[in-house]
Amino acid sequence: MLLLAVSIVLSLSIGSSMIPFADVWGILWHQLPWTDDAGTHWSTGEIAIVTQVRLSRVLLGVLVGACLGLAGAGFQGVLRNPLADPYTLGVSSGSSVGAAFLILFGYQAVLGEWTIPVVAFMTGTLTLLGVFFLARSRGVMQIETLILSGVIIQSFLGAFVSFMVSMSDEVINQILFWLMGSLAMKNWADVYIVLPCLVIGLPILIAYGQALNLFVLGERHAAHLGIRVERTKLIVLIGSTLLTAAAVSVSGVIGFVGLVVPHLIRLMVGPDYRLLIPLSAIGGGIFVLWSDTLARIALAPKEIPLGVVTALLGAPFFAYLLYRRKKGQEGY
Amino acid sequence: MISVQQVSKKVNGRSVLENLSFKLEPGRIHGIIGPNGVGKSTLLQLLSGVTKPSSGDVSLSGVNLSNFSRKALARRLAVLQQGGLPPAGFTVRQVVEMGRFPYQNWFGDEREDHSALIDYTLESMGLTPLSNRPLDQLSGGERQRVALAKVMVQEPEIILLDEPTTYLDIGYQVQLLDTVRKWQQERNLTVVAVLHDLNLASLYCDRILVLHKGGVAAMGAPAEVLSVELIREVYQTEATIVKHPLTGTPQILLQPKQQDAGRLIEMT
Repeated sequence: MLLLAVSIVLSLSIGSSMIPFADVWGILWHQLPWTDDAGTHWSTGEIAIVTQVRLSRVLLGVLVGACLGLAGAGFQGVLRNPLADPYTLGVSSGSSVGAAFLILFGYQAVLGEWTIPVVAFMTGTLTLLGVFFLARSRGVMQIETLILSGVIIQSFLGAFVSFMVSMSDEVINQILFWLMGSLAMKNWADVYIVLPCLVIGLPILIAYGQALNLFVLGERHAAHLGIRVERTKLIVLIGSTLLTAAAVSVSGVIGFVGLVVPHLIRLMVGPDYRLLIPLSAIGGGIFVLWSDTLARIALAPKEIPLGVVTALLGAPFFAYLLYRRKKGQEGY
Repeated sequence: MISVQQVSKKVNGRSVLENLSFKLEPGRIHGIIGPNGVGKSTLLQLLSGVTKPSSGDVSLSGVNLSNFSRKALARRLAVLQQGGLPPAGFTVRQVVEMGRFPYQNWFGDEREDHSALIDYTLESMGLTPLSNRPLDQLSGGERQRVALAKVMVQEPEIILLDEPTTYLDIGYQVQLLDTVRKWQQERNLTVVAVLHDLNLASLYCDRILVLHKGGVAAMGAPAEVLSVELIREVYQTEATIVKHPLTGTPQILLQPKQQDAGRLIEMT
């Protein structure tokens, strides 16, 4: 939590115009209504950069990261699959198909400001069902088969998004946005879309933490200990899909966050989902925040798509997990 | 106590159990035996309430199992599963604590502190030195003991054991069943165990239920049930039955058909 706060302030101060770390604290502090403005030495320009431009983006990064980290922990827990994450399961791409369709063809306001997340949630859910259908053979889902199905569907839907973008009048930047994710050009309205979904999703997943612990021992064990297995699976899957859809609607497809973060947390605190779930939210926030800061400044003034950064970090990690699994050392 | 009335069960359209009726006797160890594929595990799943019969009624204290909430049922009835626990990253103590899940509310709290119960159970199962070791560093026999400890802290009245001795060597088999019987006698529990080994079943069970062709071929004390005729009918093999010199229970000696080599090849 402390690390998250420090990360927020640090990345607020880093950018094309550097603002000293202490000043960021000061500016933030003086935004609080009861503080008086006497003795401040920063310019209105600096205040605008911090509060208008950077703060919304930084908060959005934290929220999107929290959503993806949580969704990853949820999918991994319920599917008992260490390789599961919104990206590898194709749920992210599924959500982006719905969202991209609405935005590119101008239907984004049919149901008000919630149109995009709602539709993204529906297409994400349909995608998950499709992946399960592909992966299921004789009632069981092999870990590798499930991920293979996810990757197939994900590349198909990615192509579909690209196709839609090229059909519309939008520039090529939009393709990059939907396939690789970005937090550029975002504002407070986007924060208010992700925040409520996180507020709904986080407590749901936390409440099922102990149930997910019992899932680690197997669905039968969980059932014998008094868990309604099917209901638990449904709720956690839906909650994780909702979080994914919220993140995708505002930031496009950012891969591997939900894969990397829960694993790192697991290495630090062990397999207990009661700790893993809240810490994955915090860890996801920190991870995406730093990835986005890197995306902003690495080649400044150009921006790297955020998904490029997370994939450069996440894909080798994925390969490492796969390698360890093959060696049969996965103590999952 | 559990009573089974006219229960039938179809799995994938094939009828496995047909019109089964019997009652469990409270405070006794029941053994379920029968050849492979006869539906022993299916029957145990029906008794556990996790799967429902296609027709008929399984009830506990006169109440149909499907009318219990899952947690309420888990407070009265616990299952030791076939194959034991998977190699998870949880420590022995964490896994044993999971047995308290049916007593916990949404926040994972219990009204009374249960750590003494967990300590006692770990001690009595000889798991105290292992309590902080992760499950994936234990042997199969040790994991099976952890599984039994988890079932014990669940504090049930009825325990169902699904082939608990499979994959264990004879030393662990006897140790595990001795532990179950000691615990059963202390708490006056009702035990149902699916067992492959007829001799173990005869040594440890008060009553034996023989499943054959989807129905109950015989039920009663080992000495009443186990006979040369029954084994010939159910397992299609010849056996000699002797009395155990110490316990007096029937023990089965198998006989190879050396004098009839042609038949032996035909059977294998």
